[in-house]
Amino acid sequence: MTLLIALLLVIGLAGFAYLAARARAGKMIVAAAGRFGAVHSRPVYHGAYVAVLALAPALIVLAGWSLVGERWIEQQVVGALPAADQPVDKLDRAALMNEVRGLVAGDLPQAFNPVAPKLAPVYAAAVANGDLLAGALAVALLCGGGLWGYGRIRPDFRARTAVESQVQAVLLLASVVAILTTFGIVLSLIFESIRFFGMVSPVEFLTGLQWSPQTALRADQVGSTGSFGAVPLFWGTIFIGAIIAMLVAIPLGLLSAIYLTQYAAPSLRRWLKPVLELLAGVPTVVYGFFAALTVAPLVRQLAVAIGMSDASSDSALAAGLVMGIMIIPFVSSMADDSLTAVPRAMRDGSLAMGATMSETVKKVMVPAALPGIVGGVLLAVSRAIGETMIVVMAAGLAANLTANPFSSVTTVTTQIVALLTGDQEFDSAKTLSAFALGLVLFCMTLVLNIYALAVVKRYREAYE
Amino acid sequence: MATIAASAAAPLERQPTDWASPEMQGRIAARYRAERNFRRLGAGALMVAAGFLAFLLFTIVRDGWTGFLRTEARVEVMFDAATLGVDSAALRGPGAQAVLARADYVALMDKAALQLGPASDMLSDAAWLALRDRLVADPTLIGRTETLWVPVRSSIDLLAKGKYDLDAPADSRGVTDREVSDWRWLDSQGRLRTVFNQAFIGNADSTEPELAGIGGAALGSLFTLFVTIAIAFPLGVFSAAWLEEFAPRGRLADIIELSINNLAAVPSIIFGLLGLAFFLNYAGLPRSSPLVGGITLALMIMPVIVIAARVAIQAVPPSIRDAALGIGASPIQVVFQHVVPLALPGIMTGTIIGISRALGETAPLLLIGMRAFVTDTPQGLTAPATVLPMQVFLWSDDVQRGFVEKTSAAIMVLLFILILMNSVAIYLRNRFERRW
Amino acid sequence: MNTNPAPNAAIGHNHVPKMTARNVNVFYGQKQAIKDVSIDVSPEHVTAFIGPSGCGKSTFLRCLNRMNDTVDGARVEGRIELDGQDIYAPVMDVVQLRARVGMVFQKPNPFPKSIYENVAYGPRIHGLARAKADMDNIVESALRRAGLWDEVKDRLGESGTAMSGGQQQRLCIARAIAVDPEVILMDEPCSALDPIATARIEELIDELRGRYAIVIVTHNMQQAARVSQRTAFFHLGTLVEYDETPAIFTNPQQTRTKDYITGRYG
Repeated sequence: MTLLIALLLVIGLAGFAYLAARARAGKMIVAAAGRFGAVHSRPVYHGAYVAVLALAPALIVLAGWSLVGERWIEQQVVGALPAADQPVDKLDRAALMNEVRGLVAGDLPQAFNPVAPKLAPVYAAAVANGDLLAGALAVALLCGGGLWGYGRIRPDFRARTAVESQVQAVLLLASVVAILTTFGIVLSLIFESIRFFGMVSPVEFLTGLQWSPQTALRADQVGSTGSFGAVPLFWGTIFIGAIIAMLVAIPLGLLSAIYLTQYAAPSLRRWLKPVLELLAGVPTVVYGFFAALTVAPLVRQLAVAIGMSDASSDSALAAGLVMGIMIIPFVSSMADDSLTAVPRAMRDGSLAMGATMSETVKKVMVPAALPGIVGGVLLAVSRAIGETMIVVMAAGLAANLTANPFSSVTTVTTQIVALLTGDQEFDSAKTLSAFALGLVLFCMTLVLNIYALAVVKRYREAYE
Repeated sequence: MATIAASAAAPLERQPTDWASPEMQGRIAARYRAERNFRRLGAGALMVAAGFLAFLLFTIVRDGWTGFLRTEARVEVMFDAATLGVDSAALRGPGAQAVLARADYVALMDKAALQLGPASDMLSDAAWLALRDRLVADPTLIGRTETLWVPVRSSIDLLAKGKYDLDAPADSRGVTDREVSDWRWLDSQGRLRTVFNQAFIGNADSTEPELAGIGGAALGSLFTLFVTIAIAFPLGVFSAAWLEEFAPRGRLADIIELSINNLAAVPSIIFGLLGLAFFLNYAGLPRSSPLVGGITLALMIMPVIVIAARVAIQAVPPSIRDAALGIGASPIQVVFQHVVPLALPGIMTGTIIGISRALGETAPLLLIGMRAFVTDTPQGLTAPATVLPMQVFLWSDDVQRGFVEKTSAAIMVLLFILILMNSVAIYLRNRFERRW
Repeated sequence: MNTNPAPNAAIGHNHVPKMTARNVNVFYGQKQAIKDVSIDVSPEHVTAFIGPSGCGKSTFLRCLNRMNDTVDGARVEGRIELDGQDIYAPVMDVVQLRARVGMVFQKPNPFPKSIYENVAYGPRIHGLARAKADMDNIVESALRRAGLWDEVKDRLGESGTAMSGGQQQRLCIARAIAVDPEVILMDEPCSALDPIATARIEELIDELRGRYAIVIVTHNMQQAARVSQRTAFFHLGTLVEYDETPAIFTNPQQTRTKDYITGRYG
């Protein structure tokens, strides 16, 4: 609450700084009796310059506080306990903090943890102190920045140039967010993975054939450590995403693109392309529902009909089939782009020899467009192996190492979701393994993408 | 090599091709057959792709359209003050609302339900809410009898909609003989009607299919998208403007460009891992909240907006910039007064496509706990909430039969919104696309 | 200018024409690109189509092997015959027509395949070679006729796109010759080439004369004068004048032809 007041105060003061600076610059213009060029910048620029100088540092302080403040408060609160009573486990700590917060907010009539009521005042004080400290710092910075800027207002001060530098700095900051996000992803994946590899050897993770992350409840139970051989997951991911899905998507997508670019009348093309794009816009959760509810039973019936009594109801085939359908528009639009990029002269050259359209397509166009098509397929593969909802809803959880499309396999993304939802203990190998899987997935898709984009780029340049 | 040497010595003279020979004619016919087959193959592939889409839409509409309807039973309710446990005198006083809020509607409902004879326990557990709403709206009903329509249990609802195969053996058709006979009795008495299901649009999630609605999830989606747009749109446009108009050629611009291109291809679930590890566990932001969901999705769709905005900015011809610079505008003025406004249709198209992706996204939100079972509409950006696609996912997991039609109906709503958004994007693209 | 009499479709009567066109009109959508053109193509001569850019000469050339079929919205009216057969008749087989009437394009367009495969492409799709040796012979003789053999005989496996522009264009001519056509259409074949490569192609056209009926579109009047025996002048979609090449360049009958040749407009 204090924070919100501080925010409003800061914005109000910055507005005041803007008005004051603008008025001062306005007076200078009056003093110059309207001689053009006597005052370098218009008053609004002076106002904006001072306001930005005042506002920016204050906002940074407030934003930083709201991001890390809670952790600081938590340390204060837990630190108030005698060392022996401090909860070691992260989850216990979080539970304790939740109770303390509930007590302070009045949502919780009574705490389960006996120490919680003692900590409630500590927490309230820490929050109040912290907010007050951050608010005061923000206001102080605001006043300092504002006054310094106000002092610089002179007729020959180039406020417009200064404001433009400020705007450029904002634009640059916005661009840097992309780098920060990338770093955030890489760091959080690597950081948690390192902790995981402290418990399970990377060699076992990358080469082991046994995946059963369920750690036992008590340490003395059998198999209390679980086993983390991820090869069956990698296989399942590749089997569903790179084999079954591609067997569906490559022929259908490529042939659709050929028909659309070479045969379809322009009017038909105008209608069919949006339909394919629509197929790409359907949320994956819808495909997942369709796979689980409609396709999986059909696949199972088929398996039973051809004499497989133990056919699984969450078969690799059902998930892969629907994922293939999802990928069709992707493959087709990449192939469409590649075929359209082949110079028309190439096509005309073949047709002028008396080749039929299909001969031209098969012997000239597709070979010429092949690098682009291959690049597109690789991008599609990277998309398929990172796809989550279809496999979460339609593929199984059993880590089987099988090539039978009617049996159940599991994938990297399915396991990440399974490991991180439901009851979890944060520091267990089971939970951390999800980040190691995420790291592998990230690396796989990154390599595929960089390679595919390079192929596509080289191909585009070849025809420019 | 020998043949080539020989032929080099004696230049070849070829017989002109006899195109009319039966052999040549047969060959040509075969080539035309191959051509026709190939063409059919292409058309067939397109038909299969379009057919899948049609089949998907068909199954969803077939299962889902009844989700917008609900079955209600007619009961005559005597608003009896004694059963309600209220003092009718108190209702005329100033504290009438408080008295009404504390009344025992469940008892009244149970009493009224008796008139349904054998089917008296086939009303929805929340049927009493209808009585409360009626009485609160009109307190003078106390002591009078009124005919009301109240929701029935999901099994009766589904029977009325014909969702069960009654010819199937009793143990596999998913509904008990008693429920079937109760439904037949209610129906024969003319006590059932089917109306538009307002609860489905307005309510939040519930354990009872006949009470569950998408209202809460829709509001959650709205909150989440608000955060997403507020972050991703300015960031995306600013990044694009900087990269296209101000970035000095160099390492920094290259790294930013590389980051954006790679982020565009990172699987969505990885963003969920980032949200979990950084925003929840490190920064301690509230779990399951639209705030964290919105930030996560914003980071996910920002590259989409940047890439679209860059293309749109590139398409603005240099002559516009030259004209503005020529009359003394500063680079910032050129960009924000000329280039960005002219590129806006392209930027908007990219933004809408990005937002529709965010609206349909589920995987990253699973990891940051937005699969919470929330029976109330979300109260704010930091309160637990769920979103439309997540509601689809949650219901699809539910074993109760009544949720199948709800899932499909929710998908219909989701698809409708997405198609609407995409149509707007396509319209913008066609309407404002300028060829310079 | 409308007072000009219709140009002669045929010049003299000493040859049976290889191709004849009568009253040809071509439309692209609503726009008429060719207006009522009639012309005969002699089997033994090189015929040049000249005229300012946009005059329809390339459009008309593309009618002669029905390449306009591949352009959306293009429509051809009138009658064009090859050896007395109507090439727009329903019974006419386009595949066969294009094998008999080959074409060389403005920009060299070798396929992204080896030199050998580029030349073998036509014979292969039309089934003109029974054995590998037959194909080797066809490829060699086509490359010889195109004057390319000595330059490429040691690197037939290399990509056709890796050669110089002039070599690529001669490869395209070799590719057209390999099917052994009766007519070769050349659409500004030298416009993308340097003067040395152009001279090489012009020599080649001269060597091929007599064996194939050749029609060449060019915007370069000197080139038309050098390589052709017959010249047709097109302007704004109409055939203005058609005559022996020396006659066109020394004694044009039409003012418009004269103006163009003397450089009044172009």
